[in-house]
Amino acid sequence: MRYLPLTDADRREMLSVIGAKSVDDLFKDVPASARLGAKIGGLPDHQGELEVERAFQAFAAKNVSPGTAPFFIGAGAYRHHVPSTVDYMIQRGEFLTSYTPYQPEITQGTLQYLFEFQTQVTLLTGMDVANASMYDGSTGTAEAVLMANRITRRHKALISGGLHPQYRSIIETTAKWEGFKPVLSKADAEGLEDLIASVDKDTSCVVVQNPSFFGHVRDFTKLAEACHAAGALLIVVVTEVVSLGLLKPPGEMGADIVVCEGQSIGNGLGFGGPYVGLFATRDKYMRQMPGRLVGETVDADGKRGFVLTLSTREQHIRREKATSNICTNAGLCALAFTVHLTLLGEAGFTRLAEINHAKASQLADKVSAIPGVKLLNDSFFNEFTVKLPKPAAPVVEALAAKRILGGLPVSRLIPNDPSVENLLLLAATETATDMGMDPLVAALKEVL
Amino acid sequence: MVQSLDRSQGRAGGVAAGAASNHGTYTGNRALQIEEPLIFEMGQPGRCGVDLPEPPKVKDRLNGLRRAGTIGLPGLSEPQVVQHYTRLSQKNYAIDMGVYPLGSCTMKHNPRINEKVARLAGIGDLHPLQPVSTVQGALELIDRLAHWLKTLTGMPAVAMSPAAGAHGEMCGMMAIAAALEAKGERAQRKVVLAPESAHGTNPATAAALGFTVKPIPANDRGRVDLAALKAALGPDVAAIMLTNPNTCGLFESEIVEISKAVHDAGAYFYCDGANFNAIVGRVRPGDLGIDCMHINLHKTFSTPHGGGGPGAGPVVLSAALAPYAPYPWIVKDGDTWRVAEDGAKVDGTPLGRLKAFHGQMGMFTRALAYIMSHGADGLKQVAEDAVLSANYVMAALKDVMSPAFEGPCMHEALFDDSFLKDTGVSTLDFAKAMIDEGYHPMTMYFPLVVHGAMLIEPTESQAKEDLDQFIGALRSLTERAKTGTAAEEFKAAPRFSPRRRLDETLAARKPILRWRPSNNPPEGDPMKQAAE
Repeated sequence: MRYLPLTDADRREMLSVIGAKSVDDLFKDVPASARLGAKIGGLPDHQGELEVERAFQAFAAKNVSPGTAPFFIGAGAYRHHVPSTVDYMIQRGEFLTSYTPYQPEITQGTLQYLFEFQTQVTLLTGMDVANASMYDGSTGTAEAVLMANRITRRHKALISGGLHPQYRSIIETTAKWEGFKPVLSKADAEGLEDLIASVDKDTSCVVVQNPSFFGHVRDFTKLAEACHAAGALLIVVVTEVVSLGLLKPPGEMGADIVVCEGQSIGNGLGFGGPYVGLFATRDKYMRQMPGRLVGETVDADGKRGFVLTLSTREQHIRREKATSNICTNAGLCALAFTVHLTLLGEAGFTRLAEINHAKASQLADKVSAIPGVKLLNDSFFNEFTVKLPKPAAPVVEALAAKRILGGLPVSRLIPNDPSVENLLLLAATETATDMGMDPLVAALKEVL
Repeated sequence: MVQSLDRSQGRAGGVAAGAASNHGTYTGNRALQIEEPLIFEMGQPGRCGVDLPEPPKVKDRLNGLRRAGTIGLPGLSEPQVVQHYTRLSQKNYAIDMGVYPLGSCTMKHNPRINEKVARLAGIGDLHPLQPVSTVQGALELIDRLAHWLKTLTGMPAVAMSPAAGAHGEMCGMMAIAAALEAKGERAQRKVVLAPESAHGTNPATAAALGFTVKPIPANDRGRVDLAALKAALGPDVAAIMLTNPNTCGLFESEIVEISKAVHDAGAYFYCDGANFNAIVGRVRPGDLGIDCMHINLHKTFSTPHGGGGPGAGPVVLSAALAPYAPYPWIVKDGDTWRVAEDGAKVDGTPLGRLKAFHGQMGMFTRALAYIMSHGADGLKQVAEDAVLSANYVMAALKDVMSPAFEGPCMHEALFDDSFLKDTGVSTLDFAKAMIDEGYHPMTMYFPLVVHGAMLIEPTESQAKEDLDQFIGALRSLTERAKTGTAAEEFKAAPRFSPRRRLDETLAARKPILRWRPSNNPPEGDPMKQAAE
């Protein structure tokens, strides 16, 4: 077996040093009833690399990859071009096969890129501090609500109808089992929601998304003021982090915690994971944050270096009193984010955002010109909602039959709600072309 | 004047003032060890690492919310970015470089075929919300891995979506809470038992769910004290969380009695599967009577640790807990796969949703490639070689170091610090000295039940010659420590690493968690000295 260096001669010699007759002696603490004499039945034996690769090519051949079809799906996962340098860099074994930097003297590479990552996140979001990543934006959002509950010692979280439905669902699940009260506003497809009047002295936090799940771009400055007047926190979620290249950052709107899905930068679609959660807050809440934090310090020679810090918040020190149970997070995806954003820099990142907005604008014009199709958004970044004259789910299936991946029927994520049945969510990034948009428009005209 | 100094924010200067302390080099570099600034100290306006076209001209639809100022991101060209991160990479230890015996983390070889297949366009470039008719192969792949995980553990169901081990713990404990709720016992059963040696994530998870954590002592053999466990069990107990093999590297030999006692008391058995590598293919946890167990794909099944993730933590579930598995469920109708998402009717009452989309697909792909490469025969050999290697290390060191417990261990060898008594050398010093010998240290000071613990997990991936050299290095360090005159030398370690011991107290007392134009490199830093 190509991954196992020990030879039978090695094994015999090692057993004799141990003083055991056979390897079975080493498993004698396993109750006899559970000791398997032979390998587990019903499973195939080992295979060579060629055979394994063929098996995966067979899985791949049964899927339609967005690279081979007109593609306009977003809804929390966006298809962007990732420069080759990013994938090369994250496959360097020194990054790929290292672990959590528990020994800082020999993991300065990981620690320094995480420090750069944290800084980049604060710059994009307009916040004071950021952690070294969460699993993704969705789980990070639930952690943000728990953090707000800890800070305010309140248990009522107002959840916007513009928040991604699966993010809402995770908050509901967390609330049910961890014991707090979420108040969920109804789906806000038109972007008319105003939560200011709902904030009261029991409110721990308000969770909004910008741009919203339906694509609307909003200023939450007044909502932040209302939250602060009531002693509540404002949590702003961003599922398309490229939007921060063009939009006023949540920090400037008065957000207390910002959570972003960072997948768009450096990380491919990957059928939903692994992604990377960005988590930022104000200095005063630093010690209530979940997750790893990297800080600057000096070594015995006075040289600058980086270490994991403030770990007295964390499970391996605080155990049942920890701010979160999170341990392993998204280190390598954070590296991909950092390398990609470093390649982009100020000029590249802002231009990437401009291109995304322009492409989506072109798509919105083309699609809303189809008779019977109504654009619901006055504002958007690279994603918007249209109302079709009939239910969207079968329309999307019909498009798929023509090998066009033509957006997300909102009913897939918000089932059993007649008010969203005809809604279609469409996204366009820099990867969208006229050669993709025109077939979509033509096919939609046919299907509708 | 001096190009090499431009990188530190344009601070010009001559030959480094502290050149002597920087080993006499002009730059502070030492051959392959390059002193590297932060990207924020390197950028120049007008540089960019990508070429993007002019955006098409369109009417702005941003609701008047254009960003007013600049973001502050530095501008670097592509070669600068490549050099920067390559240099940083060279400051890391990694599995690809040698023995990485970090106990409880299973730092085994990460095969590159896993990376290759995860990047096939038909797998890596798929949107999670594409019509299911266009992702049938992806759903089949997830189900294939699920089948392997269920068969290897002897469990009837598996929840695939948790993002890492701790997330899997959350999933499993929520399923237990859901099962208790269905029986009307959730309010009454508020206690979770966990051994004192448990991973910190166990009590953190239980506490997050509102349970009170009650520690169970270990006996003098390093196992759960069965009598103490039985005494603690009662109508208020919801579950036990137990790692097996445990964090002392030992198999819980009374596990069948433990699970019987737990079930007799009406409680559930959560097994922490962090150490599954010791028994994969050789023992099915289902045969031991557990109710659920998370599997760290980044440990047992070789998905890369990546500097701290991403991981994946699928949870296998007993028949009693299977109905509560969270959304999404992947279901086969005839020949067609579908995804049952929130609110969909399934054969159970899901506890909710833990993560957007369908789980860590990239990790599923890698883990399945690893599993298929090994097959049932190879996985059994993995467990045997991992256990053999750990016992070999233990046997070869037991006369000079101090094993914490007698008898064979499983996949990791645990030592306490009694062999360092009166030497002036601590576990920390000993670990740091290993760095100078070219090794990543073992896990230190964990588990908490052993004084000055050193937990060595060699995994199955090391050749015997490499284990022998590692053993030789530890024996030599032990001899030096025992001379009683080497304490200063140990306290000065490491000396040859990119950085020497770092001041963690300072980092925590005055946290600097981001770069700002004002936090220049400190006094004594080569960047600073070069600038002056």
